[in-house]
Amino acid sequence: MAEVAKGVPKIKLTEVVKRFGDKTVLDGVNLSIEPGESVAIIGGSGTGKSVTLKCILGLLKPDSGSVTVDGEEVVGARGREMSRIRTKFGMLFQGGALFDSMPIWRNVTFGLTQGRMTDTAHMRRVAEENLERVGLKADILNLRPNELSGGMQKRVALARAIAPRPEIIFFDEPTTGLDPIRADMINDLITSLVNDLGVTALTITHDMVSARKIANRVAMLYNGRIIWHGPRDRLYDSGNPYVDQFVQGRADGPIR
Amino acid sequence: MTESFPASMLAAFAAIGRPVIGVFAMFGRIMTFAFTALVRAVTPPYYPARFAAQLMEIGWYSLPVVGLTAIFTGSALAQQIYTGGSRFDASSTVPAIVVFGMVRELGPVLVGLMVAGRVASAMAAELGTMRVTEQLDALTTLRTDAFRYLIVPRMAAAVIALPVMVLIANSIGIMGGYLLAIYKLGFNSASYLATTRKFLQADDIWMAVIKAAVFGFIIGLMGCYNGSRTAGGAAGVGKATTDAVVSAFILILFSDLVITIVALK
Repeated sequence: MAEVAKGVPKIKLTEVVKRFGDKTVLDGVNLSIEPGESVAIIGGSGTGKSVTLKCILGLLKPDSGSVTVDGEEVVGARGREMSRIRTKFGMLFQGGALFDSMPIWRNVTFGLTQGRMTDTAHMRRVAEENLERVGLKADILNLRPNELSGGMQKRVALARAIAPRPEIIFFDEPTTGLDPIRADMINDLITSLVNDLGVTALTITHDMVSARKIANRVAMLYNGRIIWHGPRDRLYDSGNPYVDQFVQGRADGPIR
Repeated sequence: MTESFPASMLAAFAAIGRPVIGVFAMFGRIMTFAFTALVRAVTPPYYPARFAAQLMEIGWYSLPVVGLTAIFTGSALAQQIYTGGSRFDASSTVPAIVVFGMVRELGPVLVGLMVAGRVASAMAAELGTMRVTEQLDALTTLRTDAFRYLIVPRMAAAVIALPVMVLIANSIGIMGGYLLAIYKLGFNSASYLATTRKFLQADDIWMAVIKAAVFGFIIGLMGCYNGSRTAGGAAGVGKATTDAVVSAFILILFSDLVITIVALK
């Protein structure tokens, strides 16, 4: 692992712009995340939260601006370079995005095997350990993703994201589609994993309960820009009318 | 000069220009996709197990469909030529035309179309579902190249499987014609086979193999290209599947014409 200079942010977005056709989704996003920090980006549907994540992951290429991870530029990184930077990332997708053609244990270890059937016995043990971390037992190792409930699928996806021991984990709407109890279990799980593994976390969500529980710091994305950010305790007295309207879930206000 | 051009005229040019540019853009995207697949196919990592699985899926499991198509077509061909040929007393040309028709034209085209219907649709639906459920993105974040892991094995397996299947289909089709000729039309078995052998030439077999490889490439390309570009949920997957099959059908028939003309000029 490269030596990282003190004071270099883990992730830094500078004036990131992303357009799809005539539509500007990100209009100059600036955000800096320190090592070990857990940040949540909140914002309405279609405000570009997912696009922001995908720009950091290199799944989308910003039209302009810069994204750095440990000081290294992601925008325009070549295949091998990008692949090396991606070893630092783990990602929990909104719907889990488990590979439905593979049993659970191969899903969980995919980040280690890259889909190869190598060292099967060892990989099954690795899968078992990681499933245990997310509160699942070994009896599901050979099942297929579609045989599990939504909440369990999310846990398996979480196990898959942490199995390669990434330095940074992204959570895309981790509680969407779960009942309040299961959602809270996932929140607890994320909080404890982030603490235990000492990772940097970036969550995008529109679930205020989840944002307050998972993150130390919250940033609000509106109209393609970060219009407010601050510690989670300030979320309900931000003094920003947009944030107030959003966190209180009111239909009337500056956001239409 | 714009004022001498009425706005409606400009609109008409725009209406023609837009789809034309669209077609060129699409052509460019497909070429880029094919080129990327080609480059990734020859650079590691390779996934032989994935390739073998696709070979089974595309080749082995398509055999029943292909076999039935071939035997029906071969028999029908024999009957048609016999009935048509009897008008000018040329019924003895049955074995020759069955061989020509099957090997040069009907074998490759029908196998191509049957496999396109079965496989291009399956590829587009599977990759399309993976796209809309973010499984393709997940693959990338887990540092696995979707081209090498999913697309190259499918395209390579299609290119390799199709020629083999066409050779099998040609044999079965000729056998279908033979059986009908012997048992229904009363041909002499030995002389039918002798004529068949006489008219079965290496050039024609090569043509069948080349056509089949091209059709396999088209099937793999259309299935994977349309699948991996899917957008818009379940409806998007449906559209990708339809696009894959229709475009594969048209390209197969078109390239068949081109190869035939070029080879027989």
